[in-house]
Amino acid sequence: MLRALRELVARRDLLYILAWREVKIRYKQSVMGFLWAVLMPLVIVCAGIVVRYAFSQISGTPLSLSDLTSVSVKAAPWAFFVAALRFGTNSLISNTNLVTKVYMPRLAFPISAVCAQLLDFLVASVVIAILLVLAQTGLSLQILWLPLLVACLILMATGFAVIFAAASLFLRDVKYLVDVFLTFAIFFTPVFYESSLFGKWAPLVLLNPVSPLLEAITTTVIQHHAPSLPWLGYSFAFTALLGVGSLALFTKLEPLFAESV
Amino acid sequence: MTSPTVSDKALEVQGVSKKFRRGELFDSLRDLVPAMTRRLLGRRRSQELERQEFWALRDVSFSLKRGEAFGIIGGNGAGKSTLLKLLTGIMHPTHGSIRVSGRLSALIEVSAGFHPDLTGRENVFLNGAILGMSREEIRRRFDAIVDFSGLAEFIDTPVKRYSSGMFARLGFSVAAHVDPDVLLVDEVLSVGDYLFQRKCIERMHAVIASGATVVFVSHNLREVSALCQRSLLLERGTVQKVGPTEEVVQHYLSRCQQERALAPDREIVITRVTTHDSSGPRTEFESDGKLYVTVEAQARSRHDDMSVVIQIVDQHQYPLFDTCTQRLGAGPLTLDAGETLRCVFELDVTLAQGTFHVNAFLHRYITDRPYDRWTSAATFFVSPTPEVRGVVTLHPRLMACEVEKA
Repeated sequence: MLRALRELVARRDLLYILAWREVKIRYKQSVMGFLWAVLMPLVIVCAGIVVRYAFSQISGTPLSLSDLTSVSVKAAPWAFFVAALRFGTNSLISNTNLVTKVYMPRLAFPISAVCAQLLDFLVASVVIAILLVLAQTGLSLQILWLPLLVACLILMATGFAVIFAAASLFLRDVKYLVDVFLTFAIFFTPVFYESSLFGKWAPLVLLNPVSPLLEAITTTVIQHHAPSLPWLGYSFAFTALLGVGSLALFTKLEPLFAESV
Repeated sequence: MTSPTVSDKALEVQGVSKKFRRGELFDSLRDLVPAMTRRLLGRRRSQELERQEFWALRDVSFSLKRGEAFGIIGGNGAGKSTLLKLLTGIMHPTHGSIRVSGRLSALIEVSAGFHPDLTGRENVFLNGAILGMSREEIRRRFDAIVDFSGLAEFIDTPVKRYSSGMFARLGFSVAAHVDPDVLLVDEVLSVGDYLFQRKCIERMHAVIASGATVVFVSHNLREVSALCQRSLLLERGTVQKVGPTEEVVQHYLSRCQQERALAPDREIVITRVTTHDSSGPRTEFESDGKLYVTVEAQARSRHDDMSVVIQIVDQHQYPLFDTCTQRLGAGPLTLDAGETLRCVFELDVTLAQGTFHVNAFLHRYITDRPYDRWTSAATFFVSPTPEVRGVVTLHPRLMACEVEKA
């Protein structure tokens, strides 16, 4: 397992180039080109705002500016998470040519797929940062949580991507299950709403390991509070276990890849 | 690179076996569930074959010294490709171990890493990274790679617009610049036109000269014997022979010269075609020597208007020469039930180095319609001479070589 990681570090240029390939081909032969990377997160943020507006219309509470900023601040990481999982899951199946014909550390595929999504995430973050400045959200020391939260989210996405990529190579069902699951996941994840909306059932939503991270992003960045430590601890522990588990599973299955595709 | 004092073995393969399954991985859920439970319970013993399983390789062992060029030969389905996949690490052996010291690189599927939407330049970086080069290394060798491929004009064109020859050339060029300690080559020398092939072979020689270890897998016995001192003969997954290339090639060719029996549904059949010299059976000949081809045939009933045709073809079945008893002055041949017809042809070997096959035909004397045909009935091999390249030797002699003063 450690050997796999060491090999990956030795071949970090491969990781970089694979990620760069993903980015490059995504925007090839399109008129808008790189503009899509800016536009897509904007679309998601707009969708969130529309949903929030609908909520406020139904419940009769006025739509506050902080509602809008909190939606956009969660929408971008969520969009990243979904895209990373989707691309990560497909990363091995769509490269069977390389898996069966050339030797390389296969771990590079799901990880570079996640890395490729980071660029879009970065662009989206810049757009949102501008929005936050325009909305005069302000800044507090709580923002120091942000790098840790984002790192945890990236690591979690990577862990899932690694597991799903390996599993889908053996059973194509995994790919469809992940697709279906990701489509509906927005309902059990507090992106367009807060878990507090559910009252005493809120912990149920927070059991989704992504939820505490997203909520913590809103609390620290928008509301300038400290995040809920127990739930955050739960997310961190989950991510650590997932990271180790996914790596162990991947290295155990890797010898079978070329013959099981 | 590790220093030679640590180990002078570049590659060590010990007792390697590989098991494969025929058919679908899981035919249905009904198969999947018992298979999974068996695996979970650990009852599966890896030495045993389950239904539908077979050994693609069985107990293969050999080791290579640093700087050695080693050939692997064998017919289709002998397990050559499986062995290469195990050596590269794409697959893992069911049993046994493979130890490689240093960087291993393979000239196999050299264009597998290409992405059609990326330009040639981008693909050089992509493929280089896939084959194990760092970005710095690729940048350093970029000009050499492009120069080698001869595609400088098209390097900023997406490779989807390339012809398949250009595609393969660029792939080979990247792979040829990896600078490995151990290089695996699988018949990629047939890429591109003649000039490019020559460049590839020169490059291989340069790699060998630079001290790298080369494993060369090919059907082309001539190239194997030109490049490799030692070889291994694989047959149905097992090692038939390891040793000096000449002996292994001999062994391989002599195994190819099997006999045919008079099957009950055949009226007349060529039963044996052998190559030999004046002292006995041989499959390796020198340029300028004598080659004898013996053709034997048996019949179930009387046939009385036959001629025997032999044809010498190269390894691509391109006919180089053919002759027959009729053209050599013999009349219609007659063969009765139970008799054996034996024709011996004496030929001068004016061939240069290479692998050649003998096709034998039994024709009707007048109409040339065949009674029986046997292609690649025998295979022989002409050892290289330093002064001649190509398929034939035209016996060159240097008559003059001087500079006239102006």
